[in-house]
Amino acid sequence: MTTASVNKTITGEGLRFAFLQSFVKLNPRILIKNPVMFMVALGTLVMVLVTLISLLQTSDSLGTPGYNLVITLILFVTVLFGNFAEAIAEAKGKAQADSLRKTRQDTKAKKILANGEIKSVSSSELRKGDVFLVEAGEIIPADGEIIAGLASVDESAITGESAPVIREAETDHNSVIGGTKVLSDQIKVKVVAEPGESFLDKMIKLVEGANRQKTPNEIALTILLASFTLVFLIVTVTLKPFGDLVNAPITIAALVSLFVCLIPTTIGGLLSAIGIAGMDRALKANLIAKSGKAVETAGDIDILLLDKTGTITIGNRKATNFYPLREEDREKLNRYAAISSFGDPTPEGKSILELTKSLGVTFSDRELDNSLIIKFSAETRISGVDLADGTKIRKGSWNSICFWSTNREELKFLEQKVKEIAANGGTPLALAVDKKAIGVIQLEDIIKPGIHERFDRLRKMGVRTVMVTGDNPLTAAYIAKKAGVDDFIAEAKPENKLNYIKKEQAEGKLVAMMGDGTNDAPALAQADLGVAMNSGTQAAKEAANMVDLDSDPTKLLEVIEIGKQLLITRGNVTTFSIANDVAKYFAIVPALFAAAIPGLNALNIMNLSSPDSAILSAVIFNAIIIPLLIPLALGGVKYRPIGAAELLTKNLLIYGLGGVVVPFLGIKLIDLLISGLL
Amino acid sequence: MTTELLGILLIFLASLSLAWPLGKYITRVFTDQSTFLDFLNPMEEKLLRLAGINPSYSMDWKQNAKALLGLNLIFFFFAFLFLLFQGAHPFWNPVRLGNWEPTLAFNTAVSFVTNTNLQHYSGESGASYFTQLLVFCWLQFVSAGTGIAACALLFQGLKNDRTSQLGNFYKLFVKSCTRILLPLAVVVSLLLVLGGTPVTFEGLREVTTLEGQKINVASGPVAPMVAIKQLGTNGGGFFGPNSTHPFENPNYLTNVVENISILLIPMALVFTFGFFLNRKKLALVFMGVMTLLFLSFVAISITEELKGSPSLRELGLSSSSNLEGKELRFGSMASSLWGVSTTSTSNGSVNSMHDSHTPISGGIFLLDMMINAIYGGVGVGFINFFLYVIIAVFIAGQMIGRTPDFLGKKIEAPEIKLASLVILLHPFLILAGTALASYSLSLDPELGWLKNPSYHGFSEILYENTSAAANNGSGFEGLGDNTPFWNLLTGIIMLLGRFLPIIGPLALVGSLSFKKSIPQSSGSLKLESMAFGVVLLAVILIVTALSFFPALALGPIADYFSI
Repeated sequence: MTTASVNKTITGEGLRFAFLQSFVKLNPRILIKNPVMFMVALGTLVMVLVTLISLLQTSDSLGTPGYNLVITLILFVTVLFGNFAEAIAEAKGKAQADSLRKTRQDTKAKKILANGEIKSVSSSELRKGDVFLVEAGEIIPADGEIIAGLASVDESAITGESAPVIREAETDHNSVIGGTKVLSDQIKVKVVAEPGESFLDKMIKLVEGANRQKTPNEIALTILLASFTLVFLIVTVTLKPFGDLVNAPITIAALVSLFVCLIPTTIGGLLSAIGIAGMDRALKANLIAKSGKAVETAGDIDILLLDKTGTITIGNRKATNFYPLREEDREKLNRYAAISSFGDPTPEGKSILELTKSLGVTFSDRELDNSLIIKFSAETRISGVDLADGTKIRKGSWNSICFWSTNREELKFLEQKVKEIAANGGTPLALAVDKKAIGVIQLEDIIKPGIHERFDRLRKMGVRTVMVTGDNPLTAAYIAKKAGVDDFIAEAKPENKLNYIKKEQAEGKLVAMMGDGTNDAPALAQADLGVAMNSGTQAAKEAANMVDLDSDPTKLLEVIEIGKQLLITRGNVTTFSIANDVAKYFAIVPALFAAAIPGLNALNIMNLSSPDSAILSAVIFNAIIIPLLIPLALGGVKYRPIGAAELLTKNLLIYGLGGVVVPFLGIKLIDLLISGLL
Repeated sequence: MTTELLGILLIFLASLSLAWPLGKYITRVFTDQSTFLDFLNPMEEKLLRLAGINPSYSMDWKQNAKALLGLNLIFFFFAFLFLLFQGAHPFWNPVRLGNWEPTLAFNTAVSFVTNTNLQHYSGESGASYFTQLLVFCWLQFVSAGTGIAACALLFQGLKNDRTSQLGNFYKLFVKSCTRILLPLAVVVSLLLVLGGTPVTFEGLREVTTLEGQKINVASGPVAPMVAIKQLGTNGGGFFGPNSTHPFENPNYLTNVVENISILLIPMALVFTFGFFLNRKKLALVFMGVMTLLFLSFVAISITEELKGSPSLRELGLSSSSNLEGKELRFGSMASSLWGVSTTSTSNGSVNSMHDSHTPISGGIFLLDMMINAIYGGVGVGFINFFLYVIIAVFIAGQMIGRTPDFLGKKIEAPEIKLASLVILLHPFLILAGTALASYSLSLDPELGWLKNPSYHGFSEILYENTSAAANNGSGFEGLGDNTPFWNLLTGIIMLLGRFLPIIGPLALVGSLSFKKSIPQSSGSLKLESMAFGVVLLAVILIVTALSFFPALALGPIADYFSI
């Protein structure tokens, strides 16, 4: 399955599911979780009774059965619309869960017993601590950590990424997920999760929203909405004796309609859909949030800790230039640089080869026959190769090559260049042949294109970025400046990260970071938002609140926008919903007393055709606005980093002012349509 | 016309410009800095120690709330018992006024303790000078002091960072009375005496009128009582007709002084918020929102009054403004300004009969009390306003994609619960009380306490309940309110409407006080902005006004469209 792409649109099956669920969710035990819609359901029930009674007897407060029935039906549809909004959000997750479930089949596992024997068991029999063997072509039966071996694994079932990944024991990439497939080699794996608690199981539960907890802001908003509902309950209930006192009797249908129109049904009906959609957007970005709270927290992040490598710079340092000691040695330098790097497995070595290739340097493998490769050692800080013809080529740090070389006097000419490279954030590497240095290779960090703009964007959102790197402070400062981060931690050790997070948190700031290694785990746990890479260790994944299936360090930037989008959508729909009340009042209040107090018709500023039609139009508008806003709830309000004050002004104009104006137009339009029918 | 307009502009601008330095001074009092009245320190300290109170001991919100409730309970019982047995004391009672009917005594005691002063009695014919001075005048001081002290606790809670100690209620209470109310009251009393307000302990004076008839004129120690009734947003007048009475408010100049006194402390406390928390700009935003509402209300009221009464116009009797129920020495503009001032600050004193204002003007007075936070009652007005701010911050914060915070403190479920419960309480008390009265009157139209029929009568019922819930105390007369039903109903409403909206916000700020303060960033909601001001205004208007729209439609609005 490709988590990222399936179900961008809602399928026919999803619609069917949502339709059925709209009725299933009528169960009072489910409804009561949403106090606003629960009250609408109660109102419907009252209207059912009123309709029945009005069939049998007539009185001022009962009204006609036909009208009562219509109001009853519209209220019922309002409840269904609310349920439908929630169900359609869930339907998206359900489709994803279904396809994940297909991955979670019972497979055979080769369990390694204590005596070393291999026994074939069902994957469901594996328990935490058991060890099993998987070979090329087999499905990994359970989540675990590789304790021996290395394998390439196809994780596309989980991540949607088709390129295989390498998983290896005793590295930061040692965890494997049940349900994924080993493509080559064989590995011994220790089980880390009991059946039913595997990564896949958790993911299914999450996308299904089965154990979705309300997020803190959602709880607070629910309380506010519940109290608005209570206020309007008081307003409508007390209106009955008021009306009686001034001889302006009000029908129960009109009172119930007034109540339902005033309570914030729009946001009430869409609230959980917005929450589910937020999780869903995270999922679309291939982020598994362990809770909705994590997504919401993301919107509040003040500080972002970013690893330099992979986030700010592309991969590792790269060779970008060769500077020969004497211009006539240029060819020689390029050539020897290539030869010396041929057997060099480090990323720097590979990048030197790449650069020489692009410069058109060629040499045959035969030149390297019978050569001796000198591996890099921390002691000499030099690596190289001794060719069969006796040529000794060495490359290494400037100081060590100077020390190894005999032409030290001459090298002074290069020193200027070396300093220049270092001052510009690069690393100079010197090359020497037969104890004579011939030039310098410039290694540079390549800053990702567009990263500067992304950091500007974050700054506008109020997020500070901090680069974490193992480089020395000079280089770090240079890269930090060039990339546009606000701060950096140089020569960073894992405990530096942890301390930095604690320090910022003590000032009340919320910190997010991404990590993969086991030694990142404490910092991931300490951070308010820790995102672990899927390729990372089990410990890191457990400590984090989110797992990024793509293992893409730039994902943190997206997470923040997703979090903000969730809150903004909720806030704007709330504002819209409350602002709607103004128009509804002007529709219903004059209609309530039209017969008894003709003077109040002056408040009928929409000039609605009749009291009955006015009330009906308001109730119909109130119902259909819910499905009309479902796309907004699911898609979310677009977040633009334009600064808080501008954003508020803009949203106020659209959702606040819009919330006042739209229902005036909508109710008038509905009135024009239905007045002929009444 | 122009003179009238200049007169009310003078009153408003003078209030505003006096409020700024007073706000600064109150900050000094709240933060324990030196004031010119420090010679009182040893005496106050001794008194507090005598009562077993350590004034330098800082308490959390619960201890403070207990202190506040306990002290007010004592005040209530003292006043209640005294009124029940008023006839028993021999001196300062020249007219030999007797004991009070129990429900009236209950209502009156509650009314003065809760800073409402809904007077179901008439001062000159019911209360002895002793009662007036040592019960009513005393309670007008301490009830105002209670409100100001509660506001100080709120400010401290907002300032705190990870501590639960809000300060010492007793100390703040004493200081509010002696450092803020007392000196101001002395100044205002003197100004009133200069203007002609009497201070005497003699009984009824026999006066021969121009027509040669002999009448008894009631007088008494009026000036001090009037001073504190205005300054402490109490509104309990010495005489039944309150500040329309020529002894309470003899002329235009005393009217100016009194109207300024009504607005002064409520306005100053908004500035105090700015000085205390060093958020002067934010205080100006708050002041701006309040003032916008205030001035709009004044403008509407004046416009309606100037149009005159349609009933009289029909009869061809009057061509100019509506002067029914107004004092000619003040005129209709000063009456409208006073009406809006007294209802927005939960003062309740009147210089014209609110019942006789045109329907829309009367409706504005109602709306003012329904919002109950435009400057508001001393101390409690800002506390009410603070709740609207919390709701506005919560909504606006979500709209920009951050967990909302006020002054760096996160607004979460517990805070929203408290804020919305207290905001909910106000419409509940008003509408439930009005519904109960309406229902009982529908059941038995012969009850007799409602003199006006129809919409205006409904307005009178609504006004009485609103005035009680807002702790305002003014009345739409025309309602025979001295009955056990009204005495008990409004008594209970006043109690709930006073103490729950103090304790709820104290609990709220107790919770904020303990929270870690988060630093502001460019992603944070900027409170000092036009956009936030708009949200705040919208919250006040939509949340409050809309809860009352149907009731207002049946009362003043129906009245307006039907006459």
